[in-house]
Amino acid sequence: MTLLRTLLSGRTTRLAFVAACAVLLVALFAPLLSSWDPDDIDLSQKLQAPSREHLLGTDHLGRDVLARLLHGARASLGSVAVIVAAILLLSLSVGSVAGYAGGMVDAFLMRLCDTFLTFPTFILAMFLIGILGAGMTNVILAIVCTHWAWYARIIRGLVLSLKTREHVLAARVAGTGQFRLVMRHILPGVLPQILVLATLDIGHMMLHVSGLSFLGLGVQPPTAEWGVMINDARQYIWTQPQLLFYPGLAIFVTVMAFNLLGDGLRDALDPVGETGGWGK
Amino acid sequence: MAYLRLSQIPPTEEALVEARHMLGLDRSFPVQYFTWLGKALRLDFGRSYVTGKPVLDEILYYLPATLLLTGVSLLLTLVVSVPLGVLAALYKDRIPDQLTRAFAFFGVSIPSFWLGFLLVYLFSVRLGWLPALGRGGAAHMILPAITLSLMSISINIRFFRASVLENLHHRFVLYARARGVPERRVVGRHIFRNSLIPIVTAVGMHLGELFGGSVVVENVFAWPGVGRYAVTSIFNRDYPVLQCFLLLMTGIFVLCNLGVDVLYAWLDPRIRFGGEEQP
Repeated sequence: MTLLRTLLSGRTTRLAFVAACAVLLVALFAPLLSSWDPDDIDLSQKLQAPSREHLLGTDHLGRDVLARLLHGARASLGSVAVIVAAILLLSLSVGSVAGYAGGMVDAFLMRLCDTFLTFPTFILAMFLIGILGAGMTNVILAIVCTHWAWYARIIRGLVLSLKTREHVLAARVAGTGQFRLVMRHILPGVLPQILVLATLDIGHMMLHVSGLSFLGLGVQPPTAEWGVMINDARQYIWTQPQLLFYPGLAIFVTVMAFNLLGDGLRDALDPVGETGGWGK
Repeated sequence: MAYLRLSQIPPTEEALVEARHMLGLDRSFPVQYFTWLGKALRLDFGRSYVTGKPVLDEILYYLPATLLLTGVSLLLTLVVSVPLGVLAALYKDRIPDQLTRAFAFFGVSIPSFWLGFLLVYLFSVRLGWLPALGRGGAAHMILPAITLSLMSISINIRFFRASVLENLHHRFVLYARARGVPERRVVGRHIFRNSLIPIVTAVGMHLGELFGGSVVVENVFAWPGVGRYAVTSIFNRDYPVLQCFLLLMTGIFVLCNLGVDVLYAWLDPRIRFGGEEQP
Protein backbone atom coordinates (compact mmCIF):
# COMPACT_ATOMS: atom_id res chain seq x y z
CA MET A 1 0.00 0.00 0.00
CA THR A 2 2.84 2.36 0.81
CA LEU A 3 4.28 1.42 -2.55
CA LEU A 4 1.07 2.47 -4.25
CA ARG A 5 1.12 5.75 -2.38
CA THR A 6 4.71 6.56 -3.37
CA LEU A 7 3.84 5.52 -6.89
CA LEU A 8 0.87 7.85 -7.10
CA SER A 9 2.64 10.83 -5.58
CA GLY A 10 4.07 11.91 -8.96
CA ARG A 11 1.65 13.76 -11.22
CA THR A 12 2.69 12.11 -14.50
CA THR A 13 2.71 8.65 -12.99
CA ARG A 14 -0.75 9.21 -11.55
CA LEU A 15 -1.99 10.21 -14.98
CA ALA A 16 -0.32 7.18 -16.55
CA PHE A 17 -1.87 4.91 -13.93
CA VAL A 18 -5.33 6.28 -14.70
CA ALA A 19 -4.77 5.92 -18.46
CA ALA A 20 -3.52 2.34 -18.15
CA CYS A 21 -6.49 1.41 -15.95
CA ALA A 22 -8.84 3.05 -18.45
CA VAL A 23 -7.40 0.98 -21.33
CA LEU A 24 -7.71 -2.12 -19.18
CA LEU A 25 -11.36 -1.37 -18.41
CA VAL A 26 -12.08 -0.67 -22.08
CA ALA A 27 -10.52 -4.02 -22.99
CA LEU A 28 -12.65 -5.81 -20.39
CA PHE A 29 -15.95 -4.12 -21.17
CA ALA A 30 -15.57 -3.30 -24.87
CA PRO A 31 -18.87 -4.94 -25.96
CA LEU A 32 -20.81 -2.91 -23.37
CA LEU A 33 -19.29 0.42 -24.37
CA SER A 34 -20.45 0.45 -27.96
CA SER A 35 -23.69 -0.83 -29.38
CA TRP A 36 -22.02 -1.66 -32.71
CA ASP A 37 -20.45 -4.97 -33.60
CA PRO A 38 -16.83 -4.25 -34.65
CA ASP A 39 -17.04 -6.80 -37.48
CA ASP A 40 -20.47 -5.75 -38.74
CA ILE A 41 -20.00 -4.91 -42.43
CA ASP A 42 -22.43 -2.50 -44.06
CA LEU A 43 -21.19 -1.34 -47.44
CA SER A 44 -24.00 1.17 -47.86
CA GLN A 45 -22.57 3.03 -44.84
CA LYS A 46 -18.91 3.00 -45.85
CA LEU A 47 -16.50 5.87 -45.10
CA GLN A 48 -19.13 7.89 -43.24
CA ALA A 49 -18.16 11.06 -41.44
CA PRO A 50 -18.63 11.12 -37.68
CA SER A 51 -22.30 11.33 -36.77
CA ARG A 52 -24.48 10.71 -33.73
CA GLU A 53 -24.85 7.07 -34.75
CA HIS A 54 -21.18 6.46 -35.54
CA LEU A 55 -19.29 8.74 -33.20
CA LEU A 56 -16.02 8.40 -35.09
CA GLY A 57 -17.51 7.51 -38.46
CA THR A 58 -17.11 4.26 -40.37
CA ASP A 59 -14.27 2.60 -42.28
CA HIS A 60 -14.05 1.35 -45.88
CA LEU A 61 -16.35 -1.60 -45.12
CA GLY A 62 -18.89 0.42 -43.17
CA ARG A 63 -17.70 -0.85 -39.81
CA ASP A 64 -18.01 1.43 -36.79
CA VAL A 65 -14.55 2.91 -36.07
CA LEU A 66 -15.19 3.53 -32.39
CA ALA A 67 -16.33 -0.05 -31.80
CA ARG A 68 -13.23 -1.34 -33.61
CA LEU A 69 -10.96 0.93 -31.55
CA LEU A 70 -12.51 -0.27 -28.29
CA HIS A 71 -12.26 -3.91 -29.30
CA GLY A 72 -8.68 -3.30 -30.48
CA ALA A 73 -7.70 -2.75 -26.85
CA ARG A 74 -8.60 -6.40 -26.24
CA ALA A 75 -6.24 -7.69 -28.92
CA SER A 76 -3.33 -5.52 -27.69
CA LEU A 77 -3.71 -6.08 -23.98
CA GLY A 78 -4.76 -9.72 -24.38
CA SER A 79 -1.69 -10.65 -26.39
CA VAL A 80 0.64 -8.75 -24.08
CA ALA A 81 -0.94 -10.44 -21.04
CA VAL A 82 -0.28 -13.88 -22.56
CA ILE A 83 3.28 -12.87 -23.48
CA VAL A 84 4.11 -11.52 -20.03
CA ALA A 85 2.60 -14.56 -18.29
CA ALA A 86 4.56 -16.96 -20.50
CA ILE A 87 7.80 -15.03 -20.03
CA LEU A 88 7.39 -14.89 -16.25
CA LEU A 89 6.61 -18.60 -16.01
CA LEU A 90 9.55 -19.61 -18.19
CA SER A 91 12.12 -17.18 -16.81
CA LEU A 92 11.17 -17.65 -13.16
CA SER A 93 11.56 -21.41 -13.41
CA VAL A 94 14.78 -21.35 -15.46
CA GLY A 95 16.30 -18.40 -13.59
CA SER A 96 15.60 -19.69 -10.10
CA VAL A 97 16.75 -23.24 -10.89
CA ALA A 98 19.96 -21.91 -12.45
CA GLY A 99 20.64 -19.52 -9.59
CA TYR A 100 19.76 -21.95 -6.85
CA ALA A 101 21.32 -25.12 -8.23
CA GLY A 102 24.52 -23.53 -9.58
CA GLY A 103 27.29 -25.66 -11.09
CA MET A 104 26.69 -27.58 -14.30
CA VAL A 105 22.95 -26.91 -14.36
CA ASP A 106 23.59 -23.21 -14.09
CA ALA A 107 26.25 -23.24 -16.79
CA PHE A 108 24.01 -25.19 -19.17
CA LEU A 109 20.95 -22.99 -18.62
CA MET A 110 22.94 -19.79 -19.00
CA ARG A 111 24.46 -20.92 -22.32
CA LEU A 112 20.90 -21.71 -23.41
CA CYS A 113 19.92 -18.16 -22.51
CA ASP A 114 22.88 -16.76 -24.43
CA THR A 115 21.65 -18.59 -27.52
CA PHE A 116 18.23 -16.98 -27.27
CA LEU A 117 19.73 -13.55 -26.58
CA THR A 118 21.41 -13.44 -29.97
CA PHE A 119 18.22 -13.13 -32.04
CA PRO A 120 16.79 -9.70 -32.85
CA THR A 121 13.04 -9.92 -32.13
CA PHE A 122 11.83 -8.83 -35.51
CA ILE A 123 14.03 -11.19 -37.49
CA LEU A 124 13.08 -14.19 -35.34
CA ALA A 125 9.43 -13.24 -35.67
CA MET A 126 9.75 -13.20 -39.46
CA PHE A 127 11.52 -16.55 -39.35
CA LEU A 128 8.80 -18.21 -37.25
CA ILE A 129 5.99 -16.65 -39.24
CA GLY A 130 7.66 -17.57 -42.52
CA ILE A 131 7.75 -21.21 -41.50
CA LEU A 132 4.62 -21.59 -39.38
CA GLY A 133 2.42 -19.09 -41.15
CA ALA A 134 1.05 -15.70 -40.11
CA GLY A 135 -1.00 -15.43 -36.94
CA MET A 136 -1.11 -14.13 -33.42
CA THR A 137 0.15 -17.37 -31.84
CA ASN A 138 3.39 -17.22 -33.79
CA VAL A 139 3.91 -13.55 -32.97
CA ILE A 140 3.44 -14.35 -29.28
CA LEU A 141 5.84 -17.27 -29.60
CA ALA A 142 8.47 -15.09 -31.25
CA ILE A 143 8.28 -12.33 -28.65
CA VAL A 144 8.42 -14.82 -25.78
CA CYS A 145 11.44 -16.56 -27.38
CA THR A 146 13.41 -13.34 -27.71
CA HIS A 147 12.56 -11.85 -24.33
CA TRP A 148 12.48 -14.60 -21.70
CA ALA A 149 16.25 -15.06 -21.57
CA TRP A 150 16.86 -11.46 -20.39
CA TYR A 151 14.51 -12.07 -17.51
CA ALA A 152 15.99 -15.47 -16.70
CA ARG A 153 19.45 -13.92 -16.44
CA ILE A 154 18.34 -11.14 -14.14
CA ILE A 155 16.36 -13.56 -11.97
CA ARG A 156 19.37 -15.84 -11.71
CA GLY A 157 21.47 -12.94 -10.49
CA LEU A 158 18.88 -11.93 -7.90
CA VAL A 159 18.49 -15.52 -6.69
CA LEU A 160 22.26 -15.85 -6.37
CA SER A 161 22.46 -12.80 -4.14
CA LEU A 162 19.41 -13.79 -2.08
CA LYS A 163 20.58 -17.37 -1.60
CA THR A 164 23.15 -16.42 1.01
CA ARG A 165 20.97 -13.98 2.93
CA GLU A 166 20.41 -14.76 6.60
CA HIS A 167 16.68 -15.39 6.45
CA VAL A 168 17.22 -17.97 3.73
CA LEU A 169 20.03 -19.63 5.66
CA ALA A 170 17.88 -19.64 8.79
CA ALA A 171 15.03 -21.30 6.94
CA ARG A 172 17.46 -23.84 5.55
CA VAL A 173 18.84 -24.63 9.02
CA ALA A 174 15.26 -25.03 10.23
CA GLY A 175 14.91 -27.83 7.70
CA THR A 176 12.74 -26.20 5.02
CA GLY A 177 12.53 -28.25 1.83
CA GLN A 178 14.27 -26.91 -1.26
CA PHE A 179 11.12 -26.22 -3.26
CA ARG A 180 9.49 -24.44 -0.36
CA LEU A 181 12.69 -22.53 0.33
CA VAL A 182 12.73 -21.11 -3.18
CA MET A 183 9.00 -20.45 -3.32
CA ARG A 184 8.58 -18.90 0.13
CA HIS A 185 11.88 -17.27 0.91
CA ILE A 186 13.61 -16.42 -2.35
CA LEU A 187 10.97 -15.68 -4.99
CA PRO A 188 9.12 -13.04 -2.93
CA GLY A 189 12.33 -11.01 -3.02
CA VAL A 190 12.69 -11.45 -6.77
CA LEU A 191 9.14 -10.83 -7.90
CA PRO A 192 8.76 -7.05 -7.38
CA GLN A 193 11.84 -6.22 -9.45
CA ILE A 194 10.75 -8.56 -12.21
CA LEU A 195 7.29 -7.06 -12.30
CA VAL A 196 8.83 -3.61 -12.73
CA LEU A 197 10.91 -4.90 -15.63
CA ALA A 198 7.83 -6.47 -17.18
CA THR A 199 5.86 -3.23 -16.91
CA LEU A 200 8.72 -1.33 -18.54
CA ASP A 201 8.66 -3.84 -21.41
CA ILE A 202 4.89 -3.91 -22.02
CA GLY A 203 4.92 -0.84 -24.25
CA HIS A 204 7.73 -2.15 -26.37
CA MET A 205 5.99 -5.53 -26.76
CA MET A 206 2.78 -3.82 -27.84
CA LEU A 207 4.70 -1.99 -30.54
CA HIS A 208 6.05 -5.31 -31.80
CA VAL A 209 2.59 -6.91 -31.86
CA SER A 210 0.92 -4.03 -33.66
CA GLY A 211 3.89 -3.58 -36.02
CA LEU A 212 3.71 -7.20 -37.14
CA SER A 213 -0.08 -7.00 -37.40
CA PHE A 214 0.32 -3.90 -39.52
CA LEU A 215 2.51 -5.90 -41.92
CA GLY A 216 -0.22 -8.55 -42.06
CA LEU A 217 1.91 -11.08 -40.18
CA GLY A 218 0.22 -10.91 -36.78
CA VAL A 219 -3.45 -10.56 -35.91
CA GLN A 220 -5.39 -11.39 -39.06
CA PRO A 221 -8.15 -9.22 -40.51
CA PRO A 222 -11.06 -8.82 -39.98
CA THR A 223 -10.21 -8.97 -36.25
CA ALA A 224 -10.23 -5.47 -34.80
CA GLU A 225 -6.62 -4.63 -33.89
CA TRP A 226 -4.97 -1.22 -34.02
CA GLY A 227 -2.14 -2.26 -36.35
CA VAL A 228 -4.58 -4.04 -38.67
CA MET A 229 -6.80 -0.95 -38.70
CA ILE A 230 -3.90 1.25 -39.79
CA ASN A 231 -3.05 -1.18 -42.56
CA ASP A 232 -6.70 -1.24 -43.69
CA ALA A 233 -6.78 2.54 -43.77
CA ARG A 234 -3.47 3.24 -45.51
CA GLN A 235 -4.93 3.66 -48.97
CA TYR A 236 -7.33 6.32 -47.68
CA ILE A 237 -4.56 8.65 -46.51
CA TRP A 238 -5.52 11.22 -49.17
CA THR A 239 -9.24 11.25 -48.49
CA GLN A 240 -9.89 9.87 -44.98
CA PRO A 241 -6.74 10.52 -42.91
CA GLN A 242 -8.69 10.26 -39.65
CA LEU A 243 -8.97 6.49 -40.21
CA LEU A 244 -5.18 6.31 -39.88
CA PHE A 245 -5.06 8.77 -37.04
CA TYR A 246 -7.27 7.19 -34.37
CA PRO A 247 -5.78 3.67 -34.13
CA GLY A 248 -2.24 5.07 -34.08
CA LEU A 249 -3.19 7.50 -31.34
CA ALA A 250 -4.66 4.58 -29.38
CA ILE A 251 -1.37 2.66 -29.64
CA PHE A 252 0.69 5.73 -28.79
CA VAL A 253 -1.34 6.65 -25.71
CA THR A 254 -1.43 3.08 -24.40
CA VAL A 255 2.28 2.49 -24.92
CA MET A 256 3.12 5.84 -23.36
CA ALA A 257 0.92 5.09 -20.33
CA PHE A 258 2.62 1.76 -19.69
CA ASN A 259 6.11 3.24 -20.19
CA LEU A 260 5.41 6.03 -17.70
CA LEU A 261 3.85 3.58 -15.28
CA GLY A 262 6.89 1.30 -15.49
CA ASP A 263 9.19 4.24 -14.83
CA GLY A 264 7.10 5.35 -11.89
CA LEU A 265 7.13 1.83 -10.46
CA ARG A 266 10.89 1.64 -10.77
CA ASP A 267 11.41 4.97 -9.10
CA ALA A 268 9.03 3.99 -6.30
CA LEU A 269 10.89 0.73 -5.70
CA ASP A 270 14.39 2.05 -6.20
CA PRO A 271 14.56 5.79 -5.57
CA VAL A 272 18.37 5.80 -5.51
CA GLY A 273 19.11 4.22 -8.90
CA GLU A 274 18.62 7.49 -10.71
CA THR A 275 21.22 7.43 -13.47
CA GLY A 276 19.45 4.98 -15.75
CA GLY A 277 16.01 6.46 -15.46
CA TRP A 278 13.92 9.00 -17.28
CA GLY A 279 13.47 10.71 -13.96
CA LYS A 280 10.23 11.90 -12.45
CA MET B 1 2.91 -23.72 -57.96
CA ALA B 2 3.35 -20.24 -56.61
CA TYR B 3 2.52 -19.03 -60.08
CA LEU B 4 -0.75 -20.92 -59.91
CA ARG B 5 -1.41 -19.47 -56.45
CA LEU B 6 -0.81 -16.00 -57.75
CA SER B 7 -3.03 -16.49 -60.76
CA GLN B 8 -5.79 -17.99 -58.63
CA ILE B 9 -6.17 -21.11 -60.79
CA PRO B 10 -6.85 -24.22 -58.70
CA PRO B 11 -3.98 -26.63 -59.50
CA THR B 12 -4.63 -30.25 -60.47
CA GLU B 13 -3.35 -33.11 -58.29
CA GLU B 14 -0.74 -34.13 -60.89
CA ALA B 15 0.55 -30.58 -61.23
CA LEU B 16 1.02 -30.42 -57.46
CA VAL B 17 2.90 -33.73 -57.29
CA GLU B 18 5.09 -32.73 -60.20
CA ALA B 19 5.85 -29.31 -58.77
CA ARG B 20 6.68 -30.77 -55.37
CA HIS B 21 9.03 -33.27 -56.97
CA MET B 22 10.68 -30.62 -59.08
CA LEU B 23 11.28 -28.34 -56.08
CA GLY B 24 12.47 -31.25 -53.93
CA LEU B 25 9.66 -30.70 -51.42
CA ASP B 26 8.72 -34.39 -51.40
CA ARG B 27 11.95 -35.35 -49.67
CA SER B 28 12.42 -35.53 -45.89
CA PHE B 29 13.31 -32.38 -43.94
CA PRO B 30 16.89 -33.39 -43.03
CA VAL B 31 17.63 -34.21 -46.70
CA GLN B 32 16.12 -30.88 -47.79
CA TYR B 33 18.08 -29.02 -45.14
CA PHE B 34 21.46 -30.51 -45.99
CA THR B 35 20.88 -30.06 -49.70
CA TRP B 36 20.13 -26.39 -49.01
CA LEU B 37 23.11 -26.03 -46.67
CA GLY B 38 25.46 -27.64 -49.15
CA LYS B 39 24.35 -25.31 -51.90
CA ALA B 40 24.29 -22.27 -49.61
CA LEU B 41 27.96 -22.84 -48.78
CA ARG B 42 28.63 -22.40 -52.47
CA LEU B 43 26.44 -19.26 -52.41
CA ASP B 44 23.75 -21.02 -54.40
CA PHE B 45 20.47 -20.19 -52.68
CA GLY B 46 18.25 -21.71 -55.31
CA ARG B 47 15.66 -19.97 -57.40
CA SER B 48 12.65 -17.99 -56.26
CA TYR B 49 9.43 -20.00 -56.52
CA VAL B 50 7.66 -16.95 -57.90
CA THR B 51 9.99 -15.32 -60.40
CA GLY B 52 12.22 -18.31 -61.11
CA LYS B 53 15.33 -16.13 -60.91
CA PRO B 54 18.28 -16.95 -58.65
CA VAL B 55 17.51 -15.78 -55.12
CA LEU B 56 20.93 -14.27 -54.49
CA ASP B 57 20.60 -11.99 -57.51
CA GLU B 58 17.19 -10.83 -56.36
CA ILE B 59 18.34 -10.16 -52.79
CA LEU B 60 21.46 -8.35 -53.98
CA TYR B 61 19.24 -6.26 -56.21
CA TYR B 62 17.15 -5.10 -53.26
CA LEU B 63 19.95 -4.95 -50.67
CA PRO B 64 21.54 -1.58 -51.56
CA ALA B 65 18.28 0.28 -50.86
CA THR B 66 18.05 -1.27 -47.40
CA LEU B 67 21.72 -0.63 -46.64
CA LEU B 68 21.30 2.99 -47.72
CA LEU B 69 18.23 3.47 -45.52
CA THR B 70 19.72 1.83 -42.42
CA GLY B 71 23.08 3.53 -42.99
CA VAL B 72 21.56 7.00 -43.20
CA SER B 73 19.37 6.21 -40.18
CA LEU B 74 22.36 5.06 -38.15
CA LEU B 75 24.21 8.22 -39.06
CA LEU B 76 21.20 10.32 -38.13
CA THR B 77 20.90 8.43 -34.85
CA LEU B 78 24.50 9.17 -33.90
CA VAL B 79 24.44 12.78 -35.06
CA VAL B 80 21.32 13.54 -33.04
CA SER B 81 21.57 11.32 -29.99
CA VAL B 82 25.21 11.84 -29.00
CA PRO B 83 25.06 15.65 -28.60
CA LEU B 84 21.62 15.50 -27.01
CA GLY B 85 22.74 12.79 -24.58
CA VAL B 86 25.80 14.80 -23.52
CA LEU B 87 23.71 17.95 -23.24
CA ALA B 88 21.12 16.23 -21.07
CA ALA B 89 23.78 14.81 -18.77
CA LEU B 90 25.71 18.07 -18.40
CA TYR B 91 22.52 20.01 -17.64
CA LYS B 92 20.97 17.26 -15.51
CA ASP B 93 17.52 18.18 -14.17
CA ARG B 94 17.63 21.57 -15.85
CA ILE B 95 15.63 22.63 -18.89
CA PRO B 96 17.80 21.06 -21.67
CA ASP B 97 17.68 17.76 -19.80
CA GLN B 98 13.94 17.87 -19.28
CA LEU B 99 13.24 18.74 -22.91
CA THR B 100 15.54 16.01 -24.17
CA ARG B 101 14.00 13.44 -21.89
CA ALA B 102 10.49 14.39 -22.93
CA PHE B 103 11.53 14.03 -26.57
CA ALA B 104 13.14 10.65 -25.91
CA PHE B 105 10.05 9.51 -24.08
CA PHE B 106 7.87 10.50 -26.96
CA GLY B 107 10.20 8.65 -29.33
CA VAL B 108 10.07 5.28 -27.60
CA SER B 109 6.29 5.31 -27.35
CA ILE B 110 5.32 6.18 -30.90
CA PRO B 111 4.71 3.30 -33.32
CA SER B 112 7.02 3.79 -36.30
CA PHE B 113 4.44 2.94 -38.94
CA TRP B 114 2.03 5.50 -37.53
CA LEU B 115 4.76 8.14 -37.33
CA GLY B 116 5.54 7.37 -40.97
CA PHE B 117 1.97 8.02 -42.02
CA LEU B 118 1.74 11.18 -39.93
CA LEU B 119 4.88 12.52 -41.62
CA VAL B 120 3.56 11.57 -45.05
CA TYR B 121 0.26 13.24 -44.27
CA LEU B 122 1.88 16.42 -43.02
CA PHE B 123 4.72 16.84 -45.51
CA SER B 124 3.35 15.15 -48.62
CA VAL B 125 -0.44 15.34 -48.51
CA ARG B 126 -0.84 18.68 -46.74
CA LEU B 127 2.26 20.70 -47.51
CA GLY B 128 3.39 18.85 -50.62
CA TRP B 129 7.06 19.44 -49.77
CA LEU B 130 8.37 15.91 -49.88
CA PRO B 131 7.55 12.82 -51.95
CA ALA B 132 5.38 10.29 -50.12
CA LEU B 133 6.53 6.97 -51.49
CA GLY B 134 9.28 5.13 -53.32
CA ARG B 135 12.95 5.74 -53.86
CA GLY B 136 14.56 8.56 -55.76
CA GLY B 137 16.76 11.48 -54.83
CA ALA B 138 17.74 12.69 -51.39
CA ALA B 139 14.24 14.07 -50.81
CA HIS B 140 12.84 10.54 -50.86
CA MET B 141 15.28 9.64 -48.11
CA ILE B 142 14.20 12.18 -45.51
CA LEU B 143 10.90 10.82 -44.22
CA PRO B 144 11.85 7.11 -44.10
CA ALA B 145 15.15 7.89 -42.37
CA ILE B 146 13.47 10.05 -39.71
CA THR B 147 10.81 7.40 -39.17
CA LEU B 148 13.34 4.60 -38.81
CA SER B 149 15.79 6.42 -36.59
CA LEU B 150 13.47 8.10 -34.07
CA MET B 151 13.23 5.00 -31.88
CA SER B 152 17.00 4.45 -31.91
CA ILE B 153 17.65 8.12 -31.28
CA SER B 154 15.42 8.06 -28.22
CA ILE B 155 16.91 4.91 -26.77
CA ASN B 156 20.47 6.02 -27.40
CA ILE B 157 19.92 9.46 -25.87
CA ARG B 158 18.95 7.65 -22.71
CA PHE B 159 21.95 5.32 -22.82
CA PHE B 160 24.34 8.11 -23.51
CA ARG B 161 22.97 10.37 -20.81
CA ALA B 162 23.34 7.58 -18.25
CA SER B 163 26.83 6.78 -19.47
CA VAL B 164 28.03 10.38 -19.25
CA LEU B 165 26.45 10.79 -15.82
CA GLU B 166 28.31 7.75 -14.60
CA ASN B 167 31.65 9.17 -15.72
CA LEU B 168 30.96 12.67 -14.46
CA HIS B 169 32.00 11.93 -10.93
CA HIS B 170 35.01 9.70 -11.43
CA ARG B 171 38.16 10.63 -9.60
CA PHE B 172 40.14 11.13 -12.80
CA VAL B 173 37.67 13.85 -13.80
CA LEU B 174 38.14 15.57 -10.48
CA TYR B 175 41.92 15.20 -10.87
CA ALA B 176 41.85 16.64 -14.39
CA ARG B 177 39.89 19.63 -13.12
CA ALA B 178 42.21 19.98 -10.15
CA ARG B 179 45.31 20.19 -12.32
CA GLY B 180 43.64 22.91 -14.36
CA VAL B 181 42.72 21.10 -17.57
CA PRO B 182 40.30 23.36 -19.48
CA GLU B 183 36.64 22.37 -19.11
CA ARG B 184 36.24 21.61 -22.85
CA ARG B 185 39.10 19.17 -22.68
CA VAL B 186 37.75 17.57 -19.52
CA VAL B 187 34.42 16.96 -21.19
CA GLY B 188 35.93 15.93 -24.53
CA ARG B 189 38.83 13.75 -23.48
CA HIS B 190 38.03 12.49 -20.03
CA ILE B 191 34.29 12.16 -19.89
CA PHE B 192 33.27 11.74 -23.52
CA ARG B 193 35.77 9.13 -24.54
CA ASN B 194 35.03 6.98 -21.52
CA SER B 195 31.31 7.30 -22.12
CA LEU B 196 31.74 5.99 -25.66
CA ILE B 197 32.29 2.40 -24.57
CA PRO B 198 28.75 1.61 -23.45
CA ILE B 199 27.26 3.43 -26.41
CA VAL B 200 29.27 1.36 -28.84
CA THR B 201 27.55 -1.70 -27.40
CA ALA B 202 24.19 0.03 -27.56
CA VAL B 203 24.64 1.04 -31.19
CA GLY B 204 25.97 -2.38 -32.17
CA MET B 205 23.00 -4.10 -30.58
CA HIS B 206 20.76 -1.53 -32.15
CA LEU B 207 21.81 -2.18 -35.68
CA GLY B 208 19.90 -5.45 -35.53
CA GLU B 209 16.82 -3.53 -34.41
CA LEU B 210 17.35 -0.99 -37.18
CA PHE B 211 17.34 -3.75 -39.79
CA GLY B 212 14.22 -5.21 -38.18
CA GLY B 213 12.59 -1.79 -38.07
CA SER B 214 13.46 -1.18 -41.70
CA VAL B 215 11.12 -4.04 -42.62
CA VAL B 216 8.22 -1.97 -41.28
CA VAL B 217 9.44 1.36 -42.63
CA GLU B 218 10.10 -0.06 -46.10
CA ASN B 219 6.51 -1.27 -46.17
CA VAL B 220 5.14 2.09 -45.10
CA PHE B 221 7.06 4.06 -47.70
CA ALA B 222 7.04 1.45 -50.48
CA TRP B 223 10.85 1.56 -50.25
CA PRO B 224 12.24 -1.10 -52.59
CA GLY B 225 14.46 -2.90 -50.07
CA VAL B 226 14.99 -6.48 -48.88
CA GLY B 227 12.59 -6.07 -45.95
CA ARG B 228 9.64 -5.38 -48.21
CA TYR B 229 10.74 -8.16 -50.53
CA ALA B 230 10.94 -10.59 -47.59
CA VAL B 231 7.43 -9.74 -46.37
CA THR B 232 6.07 -10.30 -49.87
CA SER B 233 7.89 -13.62 -50.01
CA ILE B 234 6.31 -14.67 -46.69
CA PHE B 235 2.89 -14.12 -48.24
CA ASN B 236 3.91 -16.04 -51.36
CA ARG B 237 5.48 -18.86 -49.32
CA ASP B 238 8.63 -18.22 -51.31
CA TYR B 239 10.90 -20.17 -48.96
CA PRO B 240 14.22 -19.89 -50.80
CA VAL B 241 13.97 -16.09 -50.67
CA LEU B 242 13.10 -16.15 -46.99
CA GLN B 243 15.97 -18.51 -46.16
CA CYS B 244 18.46 -16.31 -47.92
CA PHE B 245 17.05 -13.16 -46.29
CA LEU B 246 17.29 -14.63 -42.80
CA LEU B 247 20.82 -15.89 -43.38
CA LEU B 248 21.81 -12.44 -44.62
CA MET B 249 20.26 -10.68 -41.62
CA THR B 250 21.89 -13.07 -39.17
CA GLY B 251 25.20 -12.56 -40.94
CA ILE B 252 24.89 -8.78 -40.69
CA PHE B 253 24.00 -9.09 -37.01
CA VAL B 254 27.04 -11.27 -36.25
CA LEU B 255 29.30 -8.89 -38.19
CA CYS B 256 27.99 -5.96 -36.15
CA ASN B 257 28.76 -7.74 -32.91
CA LEU B 258 32.25 -8.49 -34.16
CA GLY B 259 32.66 -4.84 -35.14
CA VAL B 260 31.66 -3.81 -31.64
CA ASP B 261 34.32 -6.05 -30.12
CA VAL B 262 37.01 -4.63 -32.39
CA LEU B 263 35.96 -1.05 -31.62
CA TYR B 264 36.11 -1.86 -27.93
CA ALA B 265 39.72 -2.84 -28.12
CA TRP B 266 40.49 0.37 -29.97
CA LEU B 267 38.68 2.54 -27.44
CA ASP B 268 39.79 0.84 -24.27
CA PRO B 269 43.43 -0.26 -23.98
CA ARG B 270 42.55 -2.27 -20.90
CA ILE B 271 40.69 -4.71 -23.14
CA ARG B 272 43.33 -4.63 -25.88
CA PHE B 273 46.11 -5.68 -23.55
CA GLY B 274 43.93 -8.13 -21.67
CA GLY B 275 44.92 -6.59 -18.35
CA GLU B 276 42.87 -6.61 -15.19
CA GLU B 277 40.58 -3.65 -14.77
CA GLN B 278 42.05 -1.14 -12.35
CA PRO B 279 39.83 -0.25 -9.41
